[in-house]
Amino acid sequence: MNAPSAMSRRSFLSVSLVGGAVLTFGASLALAGEGEKEGVEPPVLNAFIRINADNSVVIGAKNPEIGQGVKTMLPMLIAEELDVDWEQVHIEQTLADEKIYGRQSAGGSRSTPVNWLPMRQAGAAARAMLAMAAASEWAVEPASLATGSGMVRHAASGRSATYASLAAVAAKITPPALDTVVLKPDDAFKIIGTSRRGGDTPAIVRGKPLFGIDTELPGMVHAALEACPVFQGTIASFDDKAVKAVKGVIAVVPVNTGLVPKGKFDALAIVADSWWTAQQARKQLTVEWDTGTLRAYSTEAYGKQASAALEGTPQGDVLKKGDVETALSGAARTLTARYDYPFLAHATLEPQNCTGLFEDGALTLWAPSQAPGSGRRQVAEMLDIAPDAITIHMTRIGGGFGRRLMSDYMVQVAQIARAVPGKPVKMLYTRADDTRHDYYRPGGWHELTAGLDEDGRLVALKDHFVSFGADGEPVRAAEMEETEFPAQIVPNVHFGVTYLPTNLPTGWLRAPTSNAMGFVFQSFLDEAAEAAGMDLPAFVLRLLGEDRELPKVGYAYQFNTGRARKVIEEVCKVSNWEAGRPAGASGKGRGFGFYFSHAGYFAEVVDVVVSQAGDIKVEKIWVAGDVGSHVINPLNALHQVQGAAIEGLAQAMIGQKVDQAEGAIVQENFDGFPLLRIDVVPQDVAVTFVTSQFPPTGLGEPALPPVIPALANAIHAATGKRIRSLPMALPDQTA
Amino acid sequence: MSIELTVNRVKQSVSADPDKPLLWVLREDLRLPGTKFGCGAGLCGACTVLLDGQAIRSCQMPVGSVGSAEITTIEDVASRPAGQHIVAAWEDLDVPQCGYCQAGQIMSATWLLEQMPDPKDEDIDAMMSGNICRCSTYLRIRKAIRQAATAKGAAA
Repeated sequence: MNAPSAMSRRSFLSVSLVGGAVLTFGASLALAGEGEKEGVEPPVLNAFIRINADNSVVIGAKNPEIGQGVKTMLPMLIAEELDVDWEQVHIEQTLADEKIYGRQSAGGSRSTPVNWLPMRQAGAAARAMLAMAAASEWAVEPASLATGSGMVRHAASGRSATYASLAAVAAKITPPALDTVVLKPDDAFKIIGTSRRGGDTPAIVRGKPLFGIDTELPGMVHAALEACPVFQGTIASFDDKAVKAVKGVIAVVPVNTGLVPKGKFDALAIVADSWWTAQQARKQLTVEWDTGTLRAYSTEAYGKQASAALEGTPQGDVLKKGDVETALSGAARTLTARYDYPFLAHATLEPQNCTGLFEDGALTLWAPSQAPGSGRRQVAEMLDIAPDAITIHMTRIGGGFGRRLMSDYMVQVAQIARAVPGKPVKMLYTRADDTRHDYYRPGGWHELTAGLDEDGRLVALKDHFVSFGADGEPVRAAEMEETEFPAQIVPNVHFGVTYLPTNLPTGWLRAPTSNAMGFVFQSFLDEAAEAAGMDLPAFVLRLLGEDRELPKVGYAYQFNTGRARKVIEEVCKVSNWEAGRPAGASGKGRGFGFYFSHAGYFAEVVDVVVSQAGDIKVEKIWVAGDVGSHVINPLNALHQVQGAAIEGLAQAMIGQKVDQAEGAIVQENFDGFPLLRIDVVPQDVAVTFVTSQFPPTGLGEPALPPVIPALANAIHAATGKRIRSLPMALPDQTA
Repeated sequence: MSIELTVNRVKQSVSADPDKPLLWVLREDLRLPGTKFGCGAGLCGACTVLLDGQAIRSCQMPVGSVGSAEITTIEDVASRPAGQHIVAAWEDLDVPQCGYCQAGQIMSATWLLEQMPDPKDEDIDAMMSGNICRCSTYLRIRKAIRQAATAKGAAA
C-alpha cells in the first residue's frame, strides 16, 4: 500500500483506551504503560512516543501539515523534554482522533499556543518514566539520575543505559500526572530555539508520495465531481446514459456538496477506473440545475447594493463608545474615505481531493484536511453513521490557507464511497472545480471618518462596514471585532455594519478578517497621520501611549501596547525608517503598517518603485514580530514570515479577485485568478523577532496583514495617490 | 493503444489513449506520483518534467506525441549532475513549505542549470516564472539555484 503513513492504530490506540471512553487531552497523554507485547512492537510510552530497539524514537505529529511546519515543530517540543537528540527522532503523522490527541486542527495560528506546554509535558512524562525504570533497576533515587541523548546516567556509579533498554520496563510504570512533571529550564533547551529542517523535506525533494492526491490503494477507483455552478442550486434532472456508455465508467452518484439541505443533491460524481476517464466521461453528462432566483447574485449587484448601503445608516452596531458625532463636530480636522476589497479564492496548488473506503458500515478516509475532527462530525451527519465508525488518516496537504478548514471534499467522497462499497475511491477536483467551488474570503466595503484634535490626536473614529450576512449575522469570515485597532484606545468610536445577502459560501483565508481589516485601518490611519503632519509609526506610537495591557474583550487576544511599541521601534530601526524615506513623490516610496492578530504583533516596512506606466515593484520588505518568549524553530519561522509577507503582496498587487455573474464564479484558472510568480518577489524580506516574556504563539498568519497597508502607504509616498481599493490598479501615466 | 515510452532511463510500454496527457500517464499508469497536477492548463508548472532535457508541462503533452523522447521525472532527476546539485541545495536550504510545487520547481531549476552554469537573479526570475509556489518559497528558490550552481561549478 502506497498510502501516506499514519502511526499504527494499534500501537497508539491501545494505550489510550486503557483509561476509558471519555478522554480529555491531558488525560490521554498520561495514559501510558501497558504498551504492546514485548518483542513484537516497540514499547509505547504514551500516545506520542515509541522507542525502537536501536534507540531511535518515533514521535507522533498530531496536527495537519499544510506547510506551516507543525509536523516538525510539535515533535521538537516532545523531543526536547524527552531529552533525545534530534537525530534520533523519526516523525510519524498520527491518525486523526481527538479523543486521543486533543485538538487536531491547523487553524488560527493556534498550534503553538495550544501545544507549547502539553507536548513538552508529554515528553517530560516519558522521560520521567524512563528515569524511574533505571532507578528501580539500579536501586537508586530517581533524583540522582541525569538524562541526555536518549540515555539515563547515574554519575555516582558511572552506570548508564539507553532509553531502548529501559523502555519495556518504563512502559509498565504508572505515568506521572502531567501537571507534576518537571520541565527543563529555558537555558537547558537543546532543540527548542534551534533551526530544524522539515521532517518531510527529503521525501518532498525526491518526489515521494505524501499528499492526499498521492493516495494509492489496491483496487482504487476515481471520481470527478460535476457540481452546480450556482451555489445552493440543486439537480432538476440529468441524463447520464452517454456517461455510462464510456468504457471504464463504474457509476454515476448523486452527491450533496454540503451547500444544500440534507436529502437534496447539487452534484453528480462520475466514478471510473481512472480520473482521466472520469473527466472524459464527464463531458458527456447533461444536467439541468434548479437555480431559482440564485442567478441574481453578482459582483455587479453587490457593488450597487454596497454603494447604496454606505449612503444610509448601518443595520447594526458592533461598537458604540463615547459620542462620535459630537466629537467629530468638535474636531479640528476630519477626514472621510471609502475602502473596498474583493472576494478571494484560496487557490491551494493541490486541488481539493479526498479518498474514502466504505466497508461493512464503516468509513475510512485519507483526507488532506486542516480540521479532520470537524470533517468527521459533518461526514457522520451526512451519512447517518456514528463518528466512531469513521477512521481518518491525515495526509500531507498541498497548501491550506484556510481552504481545508472546510470539509466539503470529505463529505462528498464519503457519499461516493458509500455508493461503491468495498472500493476505495479518490475524488479530485479540476482547477476550474477548485476555483469555482471554494469557500471565499468575503469582499467588503468601508466608509471611515476620523476626527483629529488641534494636536492631531485621533479623538473620533467611525466606520460603516458593509459585507455579507443574513438576519443581522455576518457570514463566515465577515465578522468585525469591537477590538479592531485602534478602537480600544480612541475615546469616541462607532463601528456600524450592514450585511448584504449572498449565495456564495465563505470561509477563512490565512489571517481571516485581518487580511482585509489590516489594509483598511492601517491605510486610513496613514491618511490620518498625514493630516496630523506625522508619519504613521510616530502616529501609532503616540496612540499607543504608555506600556499597558488593554482590557480583554470576549475571545479576542488581549492587546499589550508595550509589545506593539517594541516591534514598531524595531522595524523602524532595522529599516532605518526615517533616513530611508525617499523625498517627495519621486516614484520611490516607503510605507509602514502595523497589525496585531492571532496573538502576534507585527510591524512591517515596504520599499516600492512605481513606474510611469503604473507598474509596482516591491524592492524590499522589513518585518519585526513578537510571538512571545521563544521562536521554536527559527528556520521555519523565517520561512513562515517571508511567505506570509509575499502572500500579502499577492492579495494586493497582482489582480487577485473572484467575480460572480449569474450566481456562479467567473474565474476558472490561474489566468483569471493569478498567483504571484518569482519575478514579482522582492530582493529580500528581512525578518527580526523581538522576544518578550509571554508564552509562544503562532506564526502562520500574523505576519501577513501589515504588508498590504505598508505597500499601499508606500505607493502613496511614491506617487501621492491613495490606494483604497484592492486589487491595486494604478493608472498608466505614459499614455 | 500500446505506447512505448522511455521514462527515467527505463523503456516502458503503456496502454493508453494517445490524447491522454503525459502527466496522467505518469501518475495513473506508471505510478510515478511525484509529478503533480496543479492547473491542467500549463499555467502553474507543478507538472514539469524533462523531455530530452527540455523542461515541459506534462499536462499539456499528449502521451501520443512523446515519441522516442526520453522523459525524466522528479523520481530520477538526481541521476543528472545538475539535478543532483539542485536536489541537494533544495534539501540543504529547506526550500519546501507545503512542498506541492517543488517537484516542478526542481525540474525547471535543473533545466535552468543545464542551460546556464552561472545564472544571475534576473535569469532565475525569467526562467522560473512559469512555476508557481503558492507558499512563496521564492527567496529560497533563488538562493538554492545559486548554491547549486556554485556546487556544480566546483565539482566540474
